[in-house]
Amino acid sequence: MTISYYQITILDFMSDFFTAFTDPNLSFLRYALIAGVLSSLAFGVIGSFVVAKRISYLAGGISHSILAGIGFSLFLQVNYNAAWFSPIIGAVCAGLISALIIGWISLKGRQREDTVIGAVWALGMAAGLIFLAKTPGYIDPMSFLFGNILLISLQDVWLIIGLDVLTITLTFIFYPFLMAVCFDEEYARIKGLKVEFYYLLLLTLIALTVVLLIRVVGIVLVIALLTLPPAIAGLFARKLWQMMVYAVIGCLIFILLGMWLSYNWNLPSGPTIILIAGTIYIIIALSRRWFN
Amino acid sequence: MSEIPIIQFERVNFSYNSAPVLIEVSLAIPQGELVYVVGPNGGGKTTLLKLTLGLLKPRTGRIQVFGLPPEKARTRIGYIPQFLQFDPQFPITAFDVVLMGRLKGGRMGSFSPADRDSAWNAMEKLQIADLARIPFAQLSGGQRQRTLIARSLTSSPELLLLDEPTSNIDAHTEDRLMELINELNLQHTIILVSHDINFVSDKVKRVICVNRTVQVHPTSEISGETLRQVYAKDMMLVRHDMHLNDH
Repeated sequence: MTISYYQITILDFMSDFFTAFTDPNLSFLRYALIAGVLSSLAFGVIGSFVVAKRISYLAGGISHSILAGIGFSLFLQVNYNAAWFSPIIGAVCAGLISALIIGWISLKGRQREDTVIGAVWALGMAAGLIFLAKTPGYIDPMSFLFGNILLISLQDVWLIIGLDVLTITLTFIFYPFLMAVCFDEEYARIKGLKVEFYYLLLLTLIALTVVLLIRVVGIVLVIALLTLPPAIAGLFARKLWQMMVYAVIGCLIFILLGMWLSYNWNLPSGPTIILIAGTIYIIIALSRRWFN
Repeated sequence: MSEIPIIQFERVNFSYNSAPVLIEVSLAIPQGELVYVVGPNGGGKTTLLKLTLGLLKPRTGRIQVFGLPPEKARTRIGYIPQFLQFDPQFPITAFDVVLMGRLKGGRMGSFSPADRDSAWNAMEKLQIADLARIPFAQLSGGQRQRTLIARSLTSSPELLLLDEPTSNIDAHTEDRLMELINELNLQHTIILVSHDINFVSDKVKRVICVNRTVQVHPTSEISGETLRQVYAKDMMLVRHDMHLNDH
């Protein structure tokens, strides 16, 4: 009795969801789903580098500092009619600048790297919030911080496709070098690799990935979707490329499941996706510990 | 014996900040030797290796390896770092670690069949071919050490630098490693850094003592006992972190 009722509810949910997906009046949902599916590729591949090289904190610094770029672009758009300077351009600029600042300092090794990352993180957010405060009109920082699938447009979908092509092509070409730099930087240098180039390339790709994917889960939460799927994948993978494949699949499952639940229960999509990813990570990590 | 020493330091000074790490270091190492570098922790042993590899630059003085500046010579050096410095969670198999020895700057794309053959040969030579598919992190200390030695051999180096190969491995593994090093010494010049003076092969002709300054002793002039006296305080420190077992 209870079981059949439960099954009907699930089927109802699913059919609702698929009707909505094809409904021309709900194109935002379609874009959100397509964007979610496509972004899993970049998330899984770049996230695996982030987790393997243990630079989650650095990726977090880059993602938070992006708010400065978004705030600055809105400030210019509204106050100085600079319509061309869209938030996405501002975000890309801010992401690249902070990636290069952090990368340069980390390569020079003169300062404490974590302190610098923390400073870039907080300064970026502070600057962004001040720009937003000085921008007339109602702007809700929440949608940038935690994502809003209503904001995803066809243009975003194309940008995400471009990012996927870029990250996968570059990873494919430079895989042995990027892996060597992540695993053993010093040895890579002795072997004559341009370690600085590969490290900055990696940080640039992280910045671009984070920027284009904040629409899905937002500045604050993006770091979780970048690191949780590879962290789960890392429990099973023997090789870096396996970690990437598993992470892409995991990310895809979390995003689809999260969007489906958020649609049916009227929950914000970003936090729902992250809660699912986090819960599954904890369950898998604990059960492995339990059974081993 | 070649006339040009393989490694030559001429009045080299080095410091990271204001405190000098190495003072007026001059030394010459001829081809084919097995040289020990010993000294207390923080005395500058690793710095000496990094200067030889060109990873650090001397403040003053001149370093030549194979008669060349270190940055130009380092592709001919097989460097074997301490296995403990690696992230134990990194997803990589032993084979892929060995394959890394075939990396070359300026070349694109993935590894060729020749690279793979070379990695297999190196692993077979070190009797670890059966471990190729095992994740690096799951290997024992001795196996990881062999994997890193295999990695360095894939590029047919003329000189091997081993950084603390005996830390955190048990006595039995240490004996086997010593045999291996003696065997490798038939073809390669070897420089071995150790803070453990007990780990000495009878093939060693020279011991370099590093403690800010550097003294080179032919082994005929020095006995284990004199070294033990010089570094008595450190030997006790060493003993305390020697207890990790290797399975």
